[in-house]
Amino acid sequence: MSSYPDTARAAPPWVRVAAPIVVGVIILALWFLVVDVLKVAPRALPSPVAIVNDLVLRAGIILEDMQITAGNALAGLVVGSIIAIAFAALAATFRPIDGMLAPLVAAIAVVPIVAITPILNTMFGASSQFGRQYVAAIAVFVPVFVNVLRGLRQTRPVHRDVLRASAASGLQTFRVLTLPTALPYLLTGLRIASSVAVIAALVAEYFGGPADGIGTAIASYAKSGRASLAFAYVAGGIAIGLVFFLVTSLLERLASRRTPV
Amino acid sequence: MTATTELAVRVTGVGKTFPTKAGDVVALTGVDLTVAAGEFVSLIGPSGCGKSTLLRLIADLDGASSGSLEIFGKPAKQARIDQDYGIAFQQAGLLPWRTVAGNIELPLELHGMAKRARAARVAELAELVGLSDFVTRYPDQLSGGMQQRVAIARALAAQPRLLLMDEPFGALDEMTREYLQGELTRIADDTGAAVVFVTHSIPEAVFLSDRVVVMSPRPGRITDILDMTLGGTRDDALRESPKYFERVTAVREALHGAPVERANER
Repeated sequence: MSSYPDTARAAPPWVRVAAPIVVGVIILALWFLVVDVLKVAPRALPSPVAIVNDLVLRAGIILEDMQITAGNALAGLVVGSIIAIAFAALAATFRPIDGMLAPLVAAIAVVPIVAITPILNTMFGASSQFGRQYVAAIAVFVPVFVNVLRGLRQTRPVHRDVLRASAASGLQTFRVLTLPTALPYLLTGLRIASSVAVIAALVAEYFGGPADGIGTAIASYAKSGRASLAFAYVAGGIAIGLVFFLVTSLLERLASRRTPV
Repeated sequence: MTATTELAVRVTGVGKTFPTKAGDVVALTGVDLTVAAGEFVSLIGPSGCGKSTLLRLIADLDGASSGSLEIFGKPAKQARIDQDYGIAFQQAGLLPWRTVAGNIELPLELHGMAKRARAARVAELAELVGLSDFVTRYPDQLSGGMQQRVAIARALAAQPRLLLMDEPFGALDEMTREYLQGELTRIADDTGAAVVFVTHSIPEAVFLSDRVVVMSPRPGRITDILDMTLGGTRDDALRESPKYFERVTAVREALHGAPVERANER
């Protein structure tokens, strides 16, 4: 079902695919022109050729570091989401708990992750990934909590009436109505949180902890003047973010297939 | 009606008040009504006359503030738990992530009926409402009239002896509406279920009902109960008959005779 009613008239499908590719190629060509042909770029901006070179040459170690960062982001995403879902369920069920949680969530929402990262890294020691995972989990909590709580409140009165008239128990109502209604909202929250988790896990590496991961590598190679390798690691970071985003977007799309009416 | 006829619904001295910030709003007061088993009774009246409220009280979706309700001799809550009634609303209220079959079998699934028995019953019900070819479709693939038929099939799933309907055809176009009215009388005859039908359409009430209960607002109460005595078959010939027009006039007069403003809905 490819329904893009607005763009359908303006552009045929191949244009939608080709347009961003063309933009990418143009940017690459300009980049190459400025760095390699005209040689007017600052030293910190390496040639795209050099970046690809490093990317291929160091693929093994970059992949290893990607696994570390992606693992931290995933751990934070899973744990943060589970806690957020549990709290959202409590808040949706008991009004007083909602009142107690609201200021707490607002507080977490405005905490700059960067501000507490050095503290957490110190707290859990230089050899533990836990501080980084913790940072990712905190960052994930708010978008998941807010979306799930909203989703749990979207059941329509007529559906509640139907289930009450069918003498459904509280648990049955949750299973056949509340949960399926909230599912698309949960996955929207997860999609937003997945990008946040990767950013948080990566940024946390700038502030200490073990000497591995994409963020650590970017920081050290940038400082030591190996700009092309630093950029190759940035590409690795982008790849992690893309995978997280694409997987959660796909899940979201699957879940919201049957939500209108 | 003889005294020995079993009663589907007995409403005695029922009142309903909704507390609001501006003070209590009396939605219903002093309502007495009985519906015999197998009888088709319509509740008609202008907005705010409490007809939907009364239906919700019978269904135990809301609690009465005073008086008592009995469904087949049981308190309304027990009747709800025992699935003695099925209900359909103006909105079909289908779960969009379930197929037609999944929606029809919902009440059966909730009561732990085995999967195979459920499938057989779904096939039966889909046949009854003429949707056998659509059981694997999703609600958003159906027209409004078809969705409403699914809702009626769902209401009938647990083989209730009482069908409660809150303006189920209110959102449909006139053609679909008349067609489904005919279907409903056929289904009611087939199943032998009593029906309490809320509507604000006079022709609809007259066409469908054995008795029409006329209500009026502020406070919501019953002002008149009219026997239709239109006889057995409800078909399009009936819609043309003088007897039918006579009843329509009678209900209209009963509605407008009430010492309140007239129905202003259509």
